[in-house]
Amino acid sequence: MSLLNIDRVTKRFGGLIAVDNFSARIDEGTITGLIGPNGAGKTTVFNLLTGIYPVDEGDIFLGNQAITNQAPHRIATAGVARTFQNIRLFKELSVLDNVRIGAHSRGRAGIFGAIFRNRAARREEATIHAKAIQLLQEAGLAEYSSELAGNLSYGLQRKLEIVRALAGEPRLLILDEPAAGMNPRETEELMAFVRRLHDRGLTILLIEHDMKLVMSLCQRVIVMDHGQKIAEGPPEEIRTNRAVVEAYLGKGA
Amino acid sequence: MFLEQILNGLAQGSIYALIGIGFALIFGVLGLVHFAHGEVYMIGAFIGFLMITAFHLPVWAALLLAIAGAAFVGFLVELLNFRPLRKAPEYASMICTLGLSVVLQNAAMLIWGSDTKSLPLSSENVAFSFFGAKLSMEQILIFTVSLGLMVGLQYILYCSKLGKAIRAIAQNREAAALMGVNINQVIAATFAIGSGLGGAAGVLVGLYYNAFYPTMGFMAGLKAFTATVLGGLTSVPGAVLGGIILGVVENITAAYISSGFRDLVAFVILILVLFIRPSGIFGRGIQEKV
Amino acid sequence: MMNMSKSLLTSILRRIDEKEKSLYLLLLIAVAILPLASQSDYVLRIATLCGIYIVLALGLNLVTGYAGQMCLGWAAFYGIGAYTSALLVMRLHASFWLALPAAGLMAAFFGLLLGIPTMRLKNTYLAITTLGFGEIVRLILLNWTDLTRGSMGLPGIPSPSFFGIDLDGKLFYYYFIVVLVIVTLVTMARLVDSRLGRALQAIREDELAAKSMGIDTTRYKIVAFAIGAFFAGIAGSFFAHYSAYIDPHNFAFGESIAVLSMVILGGMRSLPGVVFGAVVLTLLPEVLREAAEYRMIVFGGILMLTMLLRPQGIFGGVQRKKVSLTPEAVGQGKQPLYQNRLPEKAG
Repeated sequence: MSLLNIDRVTKRFGGLIAVDNFSARIDEGTITGLIGPNGAGKTTVFNLLTGIYPVDEGDIFLGNQAITNQAPHRIATAGVARTFQNIRLFKELSVLDNVRIGAHSRGRAGIFGAIFRNRAARREEATIHAKAIQLLQEAGLAEYSSELAGNLSYGLQRKLEIVRALAGEPRLLILDEPAAGMNPRETEELMAFVRRLHDRGLTILLIEHDMKLVMSLCQRVIVMDHGQKIAEGPPEEIRTNRAVVEAYLGKGA
Repeated sequence: MFLEQILNGLAQGSIYALIGIGFALIFGVLGLVHFAHGEVYMIGAFIGFLMITAFHLPVWAALLLAIAGAAFVGFLVELLNFRPLRKAPEYASMICTLGLSVVLQNAAMLIWGSDTKSLPLSSENVAFSFFGAKLSMEQILIFTVSLGLMVGLQYILYCSKLGKAIRAIAQNREAAALMGVNINQVIAATFAIGSGLGGAAGVLVGLYYNAFYPTMGFMAGLKAFTATVLGGLTSVPGAVLGGIILGVVENITAAYISSGFRDLVAFVILILVLFIRPSGIFGRGIQEKV
Repeated sequence: MMNMSKSLLTSILRRIDEKEKSLYLLLLIAVAILPLASQSDYVLRIATLCGIYIVLALGLNLVTGYAGQMCLGWAAFYGIGAYTSALLVMRLHASFWLALPAAGLMAAFFGLLLGIPTMRLKNTYLAITTLGFGEIVRLILLNWTDLTRGSMGLPGIPSPSFFGIDLDGKLFYYYFIVVLVIVTLVTMARLVDSRLGRALQAIREDELAAKSMGIDTTRYKIVAFAIGAFFAGIAGSFFAHYSAYIDPHNFAFGESIAVLSMVILGGMRSLPGVVFGAVVLTLLPEVLREAAEYRMIVFGGILMLTMLLRPQGIFGGVQRKKVSLTPEAVGQGKQPLYQNRLPEKAG
């Protein structure tokens, strides 16, 4: 059963075709890697998926629901959570608040609840608080709960961004270069963390340049070059794919 | 009658254009608004006024000294208000110059009093007839001086090393720095140039209406800023065109609808432009990076 | 039963820092007995002014401090509230008790309107738009003479009455503004520490990331403007009846700058900081009484110096609550996500 269905999507910036007639299906419960040389259009695909850029042509479905050109907050509420290539935490807020904000789409309290603190609002606050603490504990970040997010080390910030995304109980988690700038030990730890999420049945789509990570973590790999999909398949197949090798090393390699 | 309103509008518009160029130049190199620019214009006006009344200098000398004085004030503003905040968030320098504007305005009030000062000019208004419309000496002065200054500015911007550096910084500050442009020096020079033009505008407007007062910079600054926004915020020709459009529209509104709406019209234009087309007439679009 | 109420009590008490609590209590007592301690009308008038500015500044703080949306036209909402209330009472003979909330709602409505441009405008552009809005409102108040009498102002705004008893005493106004301040403070404290308040802060920190968390940023920004403006409108209504006379100059740009200075001096997004800023900047010009013309220089200077020396304000970025990790704090949730599916991790 495919959870995400990208159907012949095209995105142009002026004369440049950043994403060209791109299609992909992501199956429920899988980890899929999206790789390709710099400027291949990977992050643009993520930005189309999350509604940050409007799609020029094509459709995107999450389950049966069309999310093409929906506002980013609607797509997030529909169940797509993401992290960013250059970490975008709420730096001046506490670690706990970052995670609680991640749970925003699962809450309902509005002005009335905020001011009058009725039963429903109090219960929701307690649930969100408990869930946030629990997620932080599971990720080993609980001791930093009242620390400002901006004060965490780089590796912990990357991890916190994932935890923040998880707080929204996503159906699909999108990670944009989660291991970028990490040392080997941090990368190792990250991989274990992602694997645990996968074990629980979460569907994950990630962009990564660390081939070792991609090949060992992903069940399927999609390769992009010049905005187009040039290959798709299990890692061992991609490794030996001629088009892929050419895209990375140039023709005749 | 209509032609006369157009001429009045053009004169007023040239003033907005001169002040607006300062906003555009500064926004070009720093991406920031200089909220005290209207006060620099006011200081220019008062320097001119003092030179004429206290030192009995001829108008052209007063004008030159006002330009120099305002340029120096602009240089100081950059040094004390913008340079220390180069790495601070955007709102910091905005609020800082906002504070400076309030301080300068009220300091001027303490020094010169809040009443309007006038030159003891011979009141025989020399006026020319221009296709049936009256064209005063002061208007001719405004047109020639502002045209001269704008041509001079274009020369600096496009035919000098400094101008090239200013344009380079406006394009990409880091790249300009890597190419060996002394960023701080060029930004300071940009402030001096923009402020000098503002100072000239102050003297011209003071002569035009024969009125010098400490709060004259507030409205004029806001309206010149509107003109700049209309033109695209970083574009010098845009600021000129925006200033002239605003001056003409204002005068026509005041003459044919109600003088109470004169000031209102500028702000309505400001909000409409910002809302409908924030990039103005000549501006570049804004795209958020992800 | 005893045990339950006891544990409830301890859990509540744990949340409030003991020192802080006694400090607030002392302050409240001081505020309550101030009129007894000083018989001077002057002291009472300054204290009442402080209250008005606290309400105004707390409203602006929600928009600028928490949601991060610069507003340079705050006095417009103050003016809209003042004129709405005064005109309702004077022209339509409405009761003050109706005019007060109506003033808040009218200001909130204009807050919604001004919030709309925030969809597309940020930072400098937004600041300028709000400045323009403030000027437009002032110019309309000045030029719509049929309604507002323009620069002649509205004299003789009546004081409220309560079941036929006229409440025009200075004591009434003093205690009434104290109540308004407390209501505003409690409302703001609750708003800020809620799903809505966190959403606003997320928008300030990183709007794009906020959107990606499912926050409808446009809506929340508009809501922030509306709530903040509501309190400014209430302050305006109070001011109109208290001073019995208003004219457009009361709501000019300088007033917007004054309120902004209060928020910035005390420290954006610190409620005690904003109260401090409002009180200090209301008192300061009174202290420098011989030279009232220095008032605006002081405000301008404070804006400059705060930005140059301590951009986060005096109280900004200092206080931080410790998060409780006790089992009862953690265990309150009913359906934790991914529970028991993750192996426990040390650390």
